[in-house]
Amino acid sequence: MIGISFTPLIPYIPEFLRGIRATIIYASVSLCLACVVGLVVAMARRSAAAPLRWVAQGYVDLIRGTPALVQIFFIYFGLPALGIYIAAPLAGIIAIGLNSAGYLAEIFRAGIAGVDGGQIEAGRSIGMSRNQTFRRVVLPQALRLAVPAAAGEFTSLVKGTSLLSTISITELTRVAQQVVSVTFRPIEAYLAVALVYLVLNTAISQASAWLERALRRGEGLA
Amino acid sequence: MTPLPVTAAKPAAAPGHPVLRLRGLVKTFKTHPVLCGIDLDVARGSTVAIIGPSGSGKSTLLRCINHLEKPTAGVIEIDGKPTESHTSASRRERERELNAMRATVGMVFQRFNLFSHRTALANVMEGLLVVKRLPRAEARQAALAMLDRVNMAHKVDAHPAQLSGGQQQRVAIARALVMQPSLMLFDEATSALDPEMVQEVLNVMRSLSEDGLTMLVVTHEMGFAREVADRAIFMDAGLVIEDDVPERLFTRPQRERTKAFLRNVRR
Repeated sequence: MIGISFTPLIPYIPEFLRGIRATIIYASVSLCLACVVGLVVAMARRSAAAPLRWVAQGYVDLIRGTPALVQIFFIYFGLPALGIYIAAPLAGIIAIGLNSAGYLAEIFRAGIAGVDGGQIEAGRSIGMSRNQTFRRVVLPQALRLAVPAAAGEFTSLVKGTSLLSTISITELTRVAQQVVSVTFRPIEAYLAVALVYLVLNTAISQASAWLERALRRGEGLA
Repeated sequence: MTPLPVTAAKPAAAPGHPVLRLRGLVKTFKTHPVLCGIDLDVARGSTVAIIGPSGSGKSTLLRCINHLEKPTAGVIEIDGKPTESHTSASRRERERELNAMRATVGMVFQRFNLFSHRTALANVMEGLLVVKRLPRAEARQAALAMLDRVNMAHKVDAHPAQLSGGQQQRVAIARALVMQPSLMLFDEATSALDPEMVQEVLNVMRSLSEDGLTMLVVTHEMGFAREVADRAIFMDAGLVIEDDVPERLFTRPQRERTKAFLRNVRR
């Protein structure tokens, strides 16, 4: 039995740092995509046009009812069979972003539904249009209501980027795999990587808690 | 300090036009009739109180006037202008007309409905900025003056959650009033208030009435209806049952249903 020692990993610190950077970048870009698509889907689910609602509902069901790994494989390995070639980094971002969007859509929808109807009536009663009322009254309050659940989804997204190691994207988890294959130190390497994910997600939770407090005081988005 | 004007400069409507004119207003929810043909004129500068049992259609009547509820049938005219012109082509255009109409009709809700993510001042500025598109400085000045008018100058930076019910309702009145509406609708504005806060809101309403604001007030405050209103209307089952000067309606009601209702509220 070999004792635990992190020393053999030290030469690979630059690789780990590159992996951390890649994970943060993939997570951030996917997150932006997820927020935009998620909001659009959430709004489509409240649309007056029934077909739009069905499409949005179908999207949410599809995303939530299938494994993220299958979605990633479908986009990276499946689409080329249809003549659609997407480079791994872009395919990864699209897959993770669209996956998270399915969950965020439900979170945003719940936030929007949670805004008191009287708020909308008040906006309309002073002459604001439907759009103005949505943008200026409903959305800021809906986002505030959505903060805790959305933060939970963001941490899922960060963890989900580890799946990208399967399509040869060199993010943190894949760096760990590579380091293990040369150092034979799986416990140390995966412990280190786990710790990094933990730190990233703790930061997200803290930021979310801070944002919630700020919004409760009426600052921030308001 | 001279009192601030609370009404708009008189619009181009012909003199003698009632501010509000209703003819045959009907509202049906699914198959359930709530308003069964309401005719009503409200003269400029008058305060009209509407009383009646719950479920009589009072609130629905107010909500139909500014189309928060879509009327099933009938004519609504504000300042002589029908709220629904059947000539305008597109849905978008009709929507725009309705928005413009709502900007001229203020509404005060039972549950205040202040924008909970904005300060008192920002609540009052919102319509000026977004609907009237005033420059920020101008909107701010008008909003501050209106908050002063409802005795809320000391709380302009507070969020709704930091205000009492009575304070919130006064801010809500300022938010509606700052748009210089030709007509103000009060939908049970004091019903959700703790008893000790009812009076501060009624005082503001009384002073607005004295300043000549045109007001349609659905209320359970019989004292207010009697002392402040120029006219009192008793509604039941979606109909105007009796329409008279308050003194007579409260002391010598003509109709059986009015008598029964007043007996019950007095106990």
